[in-house]
Amino acid sequence: MTSTLERSLPKPTFTDAEAGAKEFPDSNARTFNYYTPQKRKPSHYEDVTVEVQPDPRHYLSQGWLYGFSDGRGGYPLEWTALKAWGSDRPVPVRGPGSGGKGYDWPALGWHEFRDPNEEWELSLYRYNSNVVRQLTQNVEAARQSKAFEQWNRNWINFVERHVGAWMHVDHGLGLYVFANANRRAPTNMHNNAISVNSMHRIRSAQDLALYNLTLSEEIADFDGSAHLATWSDDPAWQGVRRTAEALTAIDDWCEAIFATNVIFEPLIGELFRSHLIQQAAPGNGDFVTPTVVGAEEYDFAERDLRYTKAMFELLTADREFADHNKSILQSWLADWVPRCLLAARTFQPLWSQPDAKPPRFEDGLDRAKTRFSRIVSDLGLTITAEELNK
Amino acid sequence: MSRQSMAKAHQKIQELSWEPMYHQPVSQYGTDYTFQKAKKKDPLKQVLRSYFPMQEEKDHRVYGASDGAIRGNMFRQVQERWLEWQKLFLSIIPLPEISAARAMPLLFRNVPNPELHNGQAIQMIDEVRHSTIQQNLKRLYMQNYIDPAGFNSSLRDFQNDYCGTIGRQFAEGFITGDAITAASIYLTIVAETAFTNTLFVAMPAEAAANGDYLLPTVFHSVQSDESRHISNGYATLLMALSDENNHQLLERDLRYAWWNNHRVVDAAIGTFIEYGTKDRRKDRESYAEMWRRWIYDDYYRSYLVPLEKYGLVIPHDLIEEAWNQIWNKGYVHEVAQFFATGWLANYWRIDPMTDKDFEWFEYKYPGWYDRYGKWWENYNRLSVANGHNPIVFEDVDYQYPHRCWTCMVPCLVREDMVMDEVDGQVRTYCHEACRWTDKVAFRPTYQGRETPNMGQLIGSREWETLYHGWNWADVVSDMGFVRDDGNTLVAQPHLNLDPKKMWTLDHLRRCPPLASPNVLLNEMTPEERTAFHSNYVRGGPAGRYAPAEV
Repeated sequence: MTSTLERSLPKPTFTDAEAGAKEFPDSNARTFNYYTPQKRKPSHYEDVTVEVQPDPRHYLSQGWLYGFSDGRGGYPLEWTALKAWGSDRPVPVRGPGSGGKGYDWPALGWHEFRDPNEEWELSLYRYNSNVVRQLTQNVEAARQSKAFEQWNRNWINFVERHVGAWMHVDHGLGLYVFANANRRAPTNMHNNAISVNSMHRIRSAQDLALYNLTLSEEIADFDGSAHLATWSDDPAWQGVRRTAEALTAIDDWCEAIFATNVIFEPLIGELFRSHLIQQAAPGNGDFVTPTVVGAEEYDFAERDLRYTKAMFELLTADREFADHNKSILQSWLADWVPRCLLAARTFQPLWSQPDAKPPRFEDGLDRAKTRFSRIVSDLGLTITAEELNK
Repeated sequence: MSRQSMAKAHQKIQELSWEPMYHQPVSQYGTDYTFQKAKKKDPLKQVLRSYFPMQEEKDHRVYGASDGAIRGNMFRQVQERWLEWQKLFLSIIPLPEISAARAMPLLFRNVPNPELHNGQAIQMIDEVRHSTIQQNLKRLYMQNYIDPAGFNSSLRDFQNDYCGTIGRQFAEGFITGDAITAASIYLTIVAETAFTNTLFVAMPAEAAANGDYLLPTVFHSVQSDESRHISNGYATLLMALSDENNHQLLERDLRYAWWNNHRVVDAAIGTFIEYGTKDRRKDRESYAEMWRRWIYDDYYRSYLVPLEKYGLVIPHDLIEEAWNQIWNKGYVHEVAQFFATGWLANYWRIDPMTDKDFEWFEYKYPGWYDRYGKWWENYNRLSVANGHNPIVFEDVDYQYPHRCWTCMVPCLVREDMVMDEVDGQVRTYCHEACRWTDKVAFRPTYQGRETPNMGQLIGSREWETLYHGWNWADVVSDMGFVRDDGNTLVAQPHLNLDPKKMWTLDHLRRCPPLASPNVLLNEMTPEERTAFHSNYVRGGPAGRYAPAEV
């Protein structure tokens, strides 16, 4: 006969600790009560996002605990020149016997921002997984159907150089504009939206790089490294490169987001993607590249621009600082629009390179300007035809 | 994923990074470390084409389990003792997670190797995942657990409460001060590599033993990302070590980061695991045993010690001292006792210990009953309002402790308390290592070397100061720790939800006013302070007053 030692296991116990088992004060208080939802009921997104990043103006009675070498802690409002209502009120001073209360929630207009995309982990992974899965299938289907064999030599050159070079724009902006800015904004809602924007750009960069790798494997003589020389040396790209680098050098986080998503992207990004690649590819026998580039176009047009507009609309309509904000935003327009238009114009030689030509550069640029003007006016700002045609 | 191998795909994305030709990216965070530009490999080797579907699949598992827990009535089996402590834990942890996301840009300009930046960006979005998935778990508890109070007010509570303030170091330390000290040494080298083991592996095991399998589901999913982050930290550490000028700073930062993590994480997680469980099997590991395995053996001996040959000066003395605190000086027990003493300033309920608990503690920590048993019997006796005041005001031989200016955990191991005048204020510290952190490490010079980028300890670091002279009912109202009848406290020193047994503001109204130990200390003459200090350090264990001198 053999004997076995009894295994040591925790014993389940029925505790009846489920909701509704008893009535007592708070027994039915099953919503977060420390913030005011934007609509009648709190959204799932709000519940997992709002107030995770604290603010000593409403709660945080002991204040920030760690500071930089200059003694500033947390998320200083001065990291942007823009202001939301309440910004000029001092942080409540707490000391012996002061109590802990600050201003009533939200205390600052910044906390009223909600990402219309309602991005949190569930949404961002679901969305981006769908994108990469679909792209992988598109490229794989094209490979199996020998779709790349239809490409003429000139188009192959164009894709290896110019479509390839855009990956560097995505990568640089994803890391050094958007990921960088995720440390700078005063609320969790801003910083999470910005970090998701960052991942869109970094994913798009990788989408293009891996597409480039597939093409290297599928097309004889496809130069998978041509994009590097184009990015570094091609004069047509240096205006874009110079502007993209300048965006990464901006200190003010609002200016960085505004200049990139409100100005650079409509005038350069969409000009390149929607008015060059998407238009030229079909005529050159390429139905695959538009699906890769189109994914990024959708990221921007339907998601990243959407949160950006919501963010700046709040500031241009701010009950205390609307004029202040508009004036600064106008100065940013005055600074960045000429730079972006100059960069766009240096791009012009690309339009003549494919065998089957896309619509004229000027037509594409006009459409880009029209869309840009609409975005600007939606934000309550102005841009004149003269400024756009300088 | 297409036919391309991951290795080729990863190799390809190395082509993405570029050196600026026209404008340098903005430099917003300083460091006193120096890094040499050298070709490096991305330690994460993560390609987003596989990363996003992998994370989505992990999400499916987590949310599937959440759904299953609700359908299967998990909350009929959850121990309230355990879930109550989650009100504290889950109020703290989303902020450190999101702060880790915010910390990544601190490294971009200071670690000049673009190959590493890809990994840092992926860590950023991992941390967004962690923060929101943990908020979601808390939301689920709020909606389905018997007592939502404290979950429903979670983030206001956390931000206003002294326990939350202790926990906030584990977030703010990542995002301010010297960029490398914060985002590399404190965050990845110590917090993530050493202490997430107890946070995200040891604690979930205890949750499961208490009928809660959602916490393990969420936190093991989180922990599966941490290993990548550890690689990020390791790559940066090796780069820092390659420059001898950094060794002095590395020694300073490891001492600070190690000791602060020990003080903060061991206080909290040790208490949750030892005092939040109903599982008293003698063969289940105690926190001390887990610590020995996860931190001493796995982190210290297997990870840190091998780095010595690269010139890293390891704080062997502080690692042994942390163990000494946990094993010989009852650090976790002292903290749990303090949390229970100050239950009225909390936002969760603390279950009294029973004979079964006493037996387990005595078995695991010989001598425990002699130190703490009597006090916990008093806690039990005084838990239901019956004409007496909360235990903190009753005669149970417990001296309310001074608070440590640095780690903000009170000075509970009385013999170790240090007093010093710093920045024109007399401060108390729980240990010499915390005094050193404030007075020596967080300063613009260190051992004669200029350290202009080192951060500062700021804020109202003693919670009691804010409420000096206040009536306790007003204190609790001010913090917002009151239930929806406007009178019953969120916190209770027992688990009985019968409204007649619950403490209210009316009970607190009759208590003595709150007095700030630090305010009182600064009102003393130097001679009085010296006498006070020599008396304080003769007190304890278990908060006992010093015996009368003969």
